[in-house]
Amino acid sequence: MLFGKALGTVTLLMVVGTTSLFTACGKGGSRGRINGAGASFPYPVYAQWAHRYHKLKGVRVNYQSIGSGGGIAQIKAKTVDFGASDAPLRAKELGAAGLLQFPMVIGGVVPVIHVPGVGAGQVKLSATALADIFRGKIKKWNDAVITGLNPGLNLPAKPIHVVHRADGSGTTWIFTNYLSKVSAAWKNEVGTGKAVAWPTGVGGKGNEGVAAYVKRLSGAIGYVEYAYALGNKIPHVLLQNRAGKFVAPTIETFGAAAVHADWAHAPGFYMVLTNQPGDRTWPITGATFILLHKKQADATKARAMLNFFDWCYRYGADTAKKLHYVPLPKPVVKLVQDRWRSSLRAAGRPVWK
Amino acid sequence: MPAASPSATSLGDRIFRWVTAISAALVLLIIGAIFVELVRHSSLSLHRFGLDFLTSTRWNPAKGEFGAASSIFGTLVSTAIALAIAVPLSLVIALFLVELAPPWISKVVGQAIELLAAIPSIIYGMWGLFVLAPVMSEYVQPALGRTLGSLPLFRGPPMGIGMGTAGLIIALMILPFITAVMRDVFRMVPDVVKESAYGMGATTWEVTRQVTVPYGIHGLAGAVFLGLGRAIGETMAVTFVIGNKHHISASLFSPGNSIASTLANEFTEASEPLYRSALVELGLVLFGITFLLQIGAHLWLRRLKKKMAVST
Repeated sequence: MLFGKALGTVTLLMVVGTTSLFTACGKGGSRGRINGAGASFPYPVYAQWAHRYHKLKGVRVNYQSIGSGGGIAQIKAKTVDFGASDAPLRAKELGAAGLLQFPMVIGGVVPVIHVPGVGAGQVKLSATALADIFRGKIKKWNDAVITGLNPGLNLPAKPIHVVHRADGSGTTWIFTNYLSKVSAAWKNEVGTGKAVAWPTGVGGKGNEGVAAYVKRLSGAIGYVEYAYALGNKIPHVLLQNRAGKFVAPTIETFGAAAVHADWAHAPGFYMVLTNQPGDRTWPITGATFILLHKKQADATKARAMLNFFDWCYRYGADTAKKLHYVPLPKPVVKLVQDRWRSSLRAAGRPVWK
Repeated sequence: MPAASPSATSLGDRIFRWVTAISAALVLLIIGAIFVELVRHSSLSLHRFGLDFLTSTRWNPAKGEFGAASSIFGTLVSTAIALAIAVPLSLVIALFLVELAPPWISKVVGQAIELLAAIPSIIYGMWGLFVLAPVMSEYVQPALGRTLGSLPLFRGPPMGIGMGTAGLIIALMILPFITAVMRDVFRMVPDVVKESAYGMGATTWEVTRQVTVPYGIHGLAGAVFLGLGRAIGETMAVTFVIGNKHHISASLFSPGNSIASTLANEFTEASEPLYRSALVELGLVLFGITFLLQIGAHLWLRRLKKKMAVST
């Protein structure tokens, strides 16, 4: 008993100790070390890039995946050199905080199902059908709406169990943003958010929680990031995109969404890649964003940071694809780098030339 | 007391007394500071929702509506389920270990129980999700549904996760703590007292019921409150299996949430001030519940003591 308690105290002290150590590093902002914090969705790829970049160039990039909310708060408080967020900030909020925002990498959200006898890519769903399922209006797998979209497929008379994220997440933000765009009813009743009042279903913690629930529950439908659908081998659905075509979630269809989006006319790169035009476009795609202060205090450090991002754009594509992220299309990278050139200043002089 | 040189003793004593007093004061200070901070950071939500926060079941971050009722309900119900399972079981295990088991078994099982107490709660959560939940959904819940399905407690699809599973997991987690304390309490009952009862011809059961348990009632209650304290704030394990839905249901099969699980789920991505404030207020509510339960427990224990003093 006492031993357990003592152990607990020691662990706690250790945790407190390490956290304060981290904070100390973050605040110190030592040269040659770049600190970033924020979204957990891109963490695997950022960590890989940072690791490879350090081996190649000797510059250490330390990224802490503390959640988008924390990332935004920390970059505003200047405790980190860059922040990262899954949901883009509005131009107004960026302006108020003096921040520059640009997309770094793209990912897709995939509805996954568990229906006995139905494999991957066999069920076709329209946007409104998906919204109505998550609204709890379509309750059975053999509902006329679903069977109408899937002639010839034998769907059981099983109840549909909706599985959603329980924790606040950028994935949920992208998913609900999509549903709000395609369904007025969803927009009015539920809306867009990192956490929303779900009309029906159970909540799993994290992508792995949702994946586990979907695999467990017969008749379930959930949504996860692409990598989790692949890794867990859970059947995905084919979704009807804005062009009316049914598409499968692949790196190519996510990329198509980014290509067709009108980045040039998005103030502050406020761009949500859901429901984008294009025949081959996967409709639930989202970019994850980096946030920087427009006025950089230290020109050397600012340049080191941009060099890293530039390297990621140039040479990070394979790493990203291996981890099932979609690299940013070349034309978009050019737009981003033009923005660096025009907006980022250190001591009044442009950082990126 | 052996006589040492008076001045040394008094100086040492004085230092010792100050150290202990400061340590004790520190506890109060920390509790006070936590309370103040909780109130400070939840002021936005306190002003916006007032007392409605406690009774409203609406929880809609997208629209900025927050109510704690479902979280409070889930916290209390999951804790109650856990205690209902863990307390009787712990009592029986502790009695077995102290009164009935041969010393070597008692030692081995005792060690094993202490080991259980050291398992981190995330492990219980994973185990609950990947092992217990499938068993619940395939065997336990369908069986309960078939036999007792007419009761609202056992209605709904057998998903394996939900309030009942959460209560069960918490019960497993607090069991070692309660058992370990109860065992120590039973050990402290003087043999003379027990032997005299046996000498009067009492059976083991009678000795237990009328001598051992009343003798150690304070310690036993302490064990229960230790378990309660852990159960009410248990976070990770609950988050994995409770189903995480802001929803009140009578069924043990249906998903719910607790204050701790809501905090674990939603704090990291809560970027709007009101949302964050509402989450902090949830923490304040948990603080309040624990505080009230402590006071209630003390009052109840005092009455119990009085009653027993009269009856014996």
